[in-house]
Amino acid sequence: METSKSLIEQARRSLLDPAGLTEAELTRLMDKLLTGQVDYADLYFQYSRHESWGLEEGQVKSGAHNIESGVGVRAVAGEKSGFAYSDDVVLPALVEAAGAARAIAAQGGRAQAPAQWRTGNALRLYQPADPLASLPDQEKVAVLERIEREARARDPRVKQVMASLSAVHEVVLVARSDGMLAADVRPLVRVSVTVIAEANGRRESGNAGGGGRFTYRELIAGDTVLEYAREAVRQALVNLEAVEAPAGTMQVVLGPGWPGILLHEAIGHGLEGDFNRKGTSAFAGRVGQKVAAPEVTVVDDGTLADRRGSLNVDDEGTPTQRTVLIENGVLKGYMQDLLNARLMKVAPTGNGRRESYANLPMPRMTNTYMLAGKHDPREVIASVERGLYAVNFGGGQVDITSGKFVFSASEAYLIEKGRITRPVKGATLIGNGPDVLTRVTMVGNDLKLDTGVGTCGKDGQSVPVGVGQPTLKIDGLTVGGTQA
Amino acid sequence: MKAPSPVIESDAPVFGADARARLSGIAESALAAAREQGVGAAEAAAHLSQGLAVTVRMGEVETLEQTRDKGLSVTVYFGKRSGSASTTDLSPAAVRDTVRAACTIARYTAEDPCAGLADPERLARSIPDLDLLHPWNPPVERAIELARECEAAALAVDPRITNSEGGSLSSYEGVEVYANTHGFIGTSAGTRHNLSAAVIAQDESGMQRDYWFTVSRRPDGLESAAAVGERSAQRALRRLGARKLTTRRAPVIYEAPVAASLLSHFVGAVRGESLYRGASFLIDHLGKEIFPPHVRIHEQPHLKGALGSAPFDNEGVATAPRDLVRAGVLQGYVLDSYSARKLKMQTTGNAGGVHNLTIDPGPRGLQELLKQMGTGLLVTELIGFGVNIITGDYSRGAAGFWVENGEIAYPVEEITIAGNLRDMYRGIVAVGSDVDVRGNIRTGSIWIEGVTIAGS
Repeated sequence: METSKSLIEQARRSLLDPAGLTEAELTRLMDKLLTGQVDYADLYFQYSRHESWGLEEGQVKSGAHNIESGVGVRAVAGEKSGFAYSDDVVLPALVEAAGAARAIAAQGGRAQAPAQWRTGNALRLYQPADPLASLPDQEKVAVLERIEREARARDPRVKQVMASLSAVHEVVLVARSDGMLAADVRPLVRVSVTVIAEANGRRESGNAGGGGRFTYRELIAGDTVLEYAREAVRQALVNLEAVEAPAGTMQVVLGPGWPGILLHEAIGHGLEGDFNRKGTSAFAGRVGQKVAAPEVTVVDDGTLADRRGSLNVDDEGTPTQRTVLIENGVLKGYMQDLLNARLMKVAPTGNGRRESYANLPMPRMTNTYMLAGKHDPREVIASVERGLYAVNFGGGQVDITSGKFVFSASEAYLIEKGRITRPVKGATLIGNGPDVLTRVTMVGNDLKLDTGVGTCGKDGQSVPVGVGQPTLKIDGLTVGGTQA
Repeated sequence: MKAPSPVIESDAPVFGADARARLSGIAESALAAAREQGVGAAEAAAHLSQGLAVTVRMGEVETLEQTRDKGLSVTVYFGKRSGSASTTDLSPAAVRDTVRAACTIARYTAEDPCAGLADPERLARSIPDLDLLHPWNPPVERAIELARECEAAALAVDPRITNSEGGSLSSYEGVEVYANTHGFIGTSAGTRHNLSAAVIAQDESGMQRDYWFTVSRRPDGLESAAAVGERSAQRALRRLGARKLTTRRAPVIYEAPVAASLLSHFVGAVRGESLYRGASFLIDHLGKEIFPPHVRIHEQPHLKGALGSAPFDNEGVATAPRDLVRAGVLQGYVLDSYSARKLKMQTTGNAGGVHNLTIDPGPRGLQELLKQMGTGLLVTELIGFGVNIITGDYSRGAAGFWVENGEIAYPVEEITIAGNLRDMYRGIVAVGSDVDVRGNIRTGSIWIEGVTIAGS
């Protein structure tokens, strides 16, 4: 951990200087916000550039470039949040937004606006580089064309290849009523490949991709992007052979890596501070209780270098951390932003995130994963008499209050007598968050994180996240196939 | 139902003639900047919107949000190469930078014979007034009062309503201008007001959450706060004590609010983009029977005051009412100019999506459908994304009620329903008369012959 001075300088140049805003003016704005009984207030300056390039039918036919900048202004009084934003970063607009935001606070009392701004700590988990500028445009196009050629060359049954490349350069600056200034410069890149294969009049698809908080240079280094092309083709071809999926409750083995979406849905959302403060989560009031098998330890870790879900500081200026959610089967704690941490009288955990300046922050996950256990993955599969082995997934969703969650397999196999026999069609798996992990009977020694493609949605706000896990065996999960 | 809420006077629009003129000026300046860059053609869309959203939880204001958005997006064409860019900064310098960014991208994209603006003869000539603009601008105190009333009504229904995610009121107004170098310029403005409550019921069996909402372009088109609150509470209460079902095959009725998802999958499968990519289970199905003969699905883009109404689509193409499915037979796809050219067809005025897609209701309400079905599943909530449009394979998490002897027997949860959309569409037995008009897809409850339910 170091002070985030250089990041702050960079953010100041991108966000404050072009608008002619000085620290004295931030103080004046804060003073406006703190009129009345406001406990806490912040200004969130954001500038982001986003680009995407899309290939289909062998050609890069579309490209788009998007610039967004603005300021979110928030005032908090007790459990109340007042919020307004402006996409004009000029003082009069900010003064107006501050007036709207503080409307929630009762008259009387007033906190002191900071006369001096201080710099908080921040991590250095990734380079503060602009990924859009890291590669000439013609090379971006060439990368997509290489992916297409690789996919087509793998198999004549490949009928359609769609690939996209995208990058975000984001600069944020948070000015808080406690006088802290925090900043982050966040690169994010992603490549994704979808392949449609056809045989005997049947069409199936496969998807792969990856990315993280680095530039295109790191993304295309080595052979990785071609690996994604091959992986998408492999999945599509497997699915061409898939038979109807079974229906009913059975033993399920989940592969390592991306299937960690199980943790994100089954327990992650339910452990976000807001739902637990309000008592609307199926996990509310359960800290200290057993919610998983003793082999299970789950963490949310925003401090992993270069990972898609990582942040030097969260969107409220709190440095991210490694938060133990479940340790040896026992629920240890929740993920918090400032508001919910204050109301629950616990420390913030660096999980205060927002999609953009136009949204209020709330507790969100970063990279959520389960630590490795002791079993060889082959041993896990060999232990299953009849069940499902699911290795790739699409999306998932959870009902926080009832605890019921789903996640949908896109590549799965039957296990019969301890052996993987044949591929089955994708199916949705459904379970109950608070007890699904109590039925984990084997944890593999092969922890893997996903390749960097996850996006989480909550209350209409999307943020990039990561997941991971080792191979897992769950005794009894409902598989939503068609073969009753 | 209680008495309807008192009539609320409509207010003057926030975005008056001057705001519209400014927005038109920005769109036109973007086209002018594009011409200076030597483009063959260009299109620009600019928008302004503003709103207020309030949530009251357990009687106290939880969030008060003022929203104000603006933006410009530009697409340029150099011959058959295209590039797009957008910005939230509408200053003259930012407009020029955005056009330049689009032009830069167009230098690297490939020639695409199907790229380009909509054909000029398809552009809207006259723009009908569809009654979409009913500004409200409720004072903050009034908004809080309605949200509070809505939540309070829910909490008062039953002592088992123990907790709440709150009552919410939101009100938005927006205006959009679309212009292109064929000389088209069109403006559309609209409002959207929404009142909702989400509450939690609790007993010894655990907690259940449910919600209800009302939405309208007119403030006086909203259901009363009390009615919305009460309905949300009743929906949460009836879920208490839900159990799993054993795995079985059974008929299923999708309650109207979730039945709309079945039609949105249909739209996903007949969209031009899915079709020309071969990414749909409905490619080459034009003129074929995909639903039973009693099913008609049509678009009503000019329905006065409706949420999905639009005089022209995102390319300026005139919208018009039309049948997508008549007597169960697929009559047309959902196309924009690009996908239409790829398929050697004509645009259907659906750049940006469908407009008030409607499946004709049958004569019977939900209660009668349940009676007729006798034994089966009533689905009231779906979760997850287990729908594959390429194959039609369908598998989603569900909650609802088991129905016996035509009556609701008990609530169920933690089950999935699975099948293939081909069979599910062909297996539609009836559509209810209980049409839900709160969205862009209008449908009653839909009864489907048989799906696989996975449970314990």
